[in-house]
Amino acid sequence: MRHLIIGSGPAGVIAAETLRKAAPAAEITLLCGEGEPPYARMAIPYLLKGEIDEAGTHIRKDADHYDRLRINLVQARARAIDIANRTVDLGGGRSLSFDRLLIATGSHPSLETIPGMDLPGVHSCWTLEDARSILAKARPGTRVVQMGAGFVGCIIMEGLLSRGVDLTILVRSGYMVRRMMNPTASSLIRSWCEARGVKILTRTQPLGITAGDGALQVTLPDGRTLPADLYLSAVGVDPNLDFLAGSGIDVDRGILVDPTMQTSVAGIYAAGDVAEATDCLTGRRQLNAIQPNAVEQGRIAALNMAGKPAQFRGSFVFNVLTTLGLVSSSFGEWQGVPQGESTEVLDEARYRYLNLQFEGDRLVGANCVGFADHVGAFRGLIEGRVRLGKWKQRLLDDPTRIMEAYLAAAHKVA
Amino acid sequence: MQKSLHLDPNKCTGCLQCEMACAWENHRSFTIAKSRIKVFTFHHEGRFVPYTCTQCDEAWCMTACPVDAIRLDPVTGAKIVLEPTCVGCKVCTIACPFGTINYVASTGKVQKCDLCGGEPACAKACPTGAITYVDADWTGLGKMRQWAGKTDTNPATV
Ligand SMILES: Cc1cc2nc3c(=O)[nH]c(=O)nc-3n(C[C@H](O)[C@H](O)[C@H](O)COP(=O)(O)OP(=O)(O)OC[C@H]3O[C@@H](n4cnc5c(N)ncnc54)[C@H](O)[C@@H]3O)c2cc1C
Ligand code: SF4
Ligand code: SF4
Repeated sequence: MRHLIIGSGPAGVIAAETLRKAAPAAEITLLCGEGEPPYARMAIPYLLKGEIDEAGTHIRKDADHYDRLRINLVQARARAIDIANRTVDLGGGRSLSFDRLLIATGSHPSLETIPGMDLPGVHSCWTLEDARSILAKARPGTRVVQMGAGFVGCIIMEGLLSRGVDLTILVRSGYMVRRMMNPTASSLIRSWCEARGVKILTRTQPLGITAGDGALQVTLPDGRTLPADLYLSAVGVDPNLDFLAGSGIDVDRGILVDPTMQTSVAGIYAAGDVAEATDCLTGRRQLNAIQPNAVEQGRIAALNMAGKPAQFRGSFVFNVLTTLGLVSSSFGEWQGVPQGESTEVLDEARYRYLNLQFEGDRLVGANCVGFADHVGAFRGLIEGRVRLGKWKQRLLDDPTRIMEAYLAAAHKVA
Repeated sequence: MQKSLHLDPNKCTGCLQCEMACAWENHRSFTIAKSRIKVFTFHHEGRFVPYTCTQCDEAWCMTACPVDAIRLDPVTGAKIVLEPTCVGCKVCTIACPFGTINYVASTGKVQKCDLCGGEPACAKACPTGAITYVDADWTGLGKMRQWAGKTDTNPATV
């Protein structure tokens, strides 16, 4: 059986390893699309900080890891898929055949559509190559204008500041990390950043970028221009679907998959940022561009490819973010649900905040700032749909008793 | 036969000897906040619950780690954090649905129970037998499955 995996990010690598375990005799090929060994984008912020070298971003550290598991690494990009002949076109007359295919091509930065995005000095922070460009430019005093303060935008700030740059962040909406944090949590993060010298302009979207006076000039809607040596775009990501056009594989915003991670075409699977699966809480289809989701989907897809039935429980949206040292996290339906209840505690001076969202006697969502201990239990409670019983009222009274509630309700120890 | 930690809240008196032993073993300090095993106190019920990683089969933490910083100890079955490799991204801390791998701000890395290489200091320190290191069959693994069955979760295993 020939298994082909397109994309060597976390989803692709975990899938290849799982396949090897589940199908000892299978042929496994992993396509790497960037001319790099399999690496984790998530490690890029630590590369910017200088805490690790490029090898520190590699998903596996032993040089012979893939050889030992008989996983064929091939450096090439997939150009098109022929579902009738079961081949993937690699361009230049090359192609690979497969019996089972996994598409794990991840996502790419969605750039703002303004003039000047093609100028030298305008970058995203998504690939190792991007990181190299940023490292070459970001020096003490470098003026950096960053568009976007979403999850990735926030997480790279520390690396940038550690290099001594002068940082200005533009935020299109009224608040930072609005896709994972409620306004209270978001404003805590904002004041934390401002207290550390980051200039943040909300409700600001540049009109265009030009080159002049030895720097980039970023034009703002109020007519001002901001000079910049480096312009970073971090406004979000979109799945890598281009090469699927006309293939017959159903896509919407991402590749549509069933609970076995199979696409609309039998024998072809998708996992990770590129896949649009069902949310385990809402039942709605959605993209979920986070690392834990990528590896879980990769694992489930691989088991099914190897003929071992496994079902994905559905996407669970959760994330942990460190913004200049301030740890925050968000879980599930943190915005709350209709007819739900909520509770919160806020200690603004100490940058601590906890917000819990309930539906009936179950926890369905949470936002945390400054709380980092035992946060995994939020996942256990929410994804496990644990009934809190009398602990719900206790949490409404004092949300910080979350770990006791978890032990009592999920493990029945008290 | 692999062994694992068996935690019995019925025998725990809340003396915190385990937390001190763990902090000493791993940090050469008696600051119990640094312990990898925690005793939770239920004032209402007058109950103490020792709690730490059960080295679960699914090893969510290990699978989620983007940089290979959590490895399996083939001898004890423990999932072990390699501190020099860990970048402190904390993804493992939210991936583990048991809340038993935690970030340590002073080191910038995460920590979890590593079974002390096969001689857990907490079990040695526990004066009441609430923490014992015994054959794996009837402890954490089974309990974890039981728990998984109790809720709607259904972790698939290879
Ligand atoms: C700076 C940064 C920080 C992040 N921090 C976090 C974090 O803290 N927590 C978190 O959960 N997530 C984080 N993420 C997001 C996380 O990295 C992604 O969710 C994760 O990488 C998704 O894994 P994946 O395998 O689906 O896709 P990817 O990692 O994107 O891998 C896809 C692979 O497919 C390849 N590819 C694409 N198209 C083709 C083609 N046509 N042919 C061949 N190969 C192709 C790509 O080159 C790539 O190697 C971060 C991302 C960035 C950039
Ligand atoms: S830390 Fe959590 S996920 Fe990791 S082995 Fe222990 S219980 Fe399992
Ligand atoms: S915090 Fe360390 S051990 Fe945990 S996932 Fe990140 S790199 Fe791996």
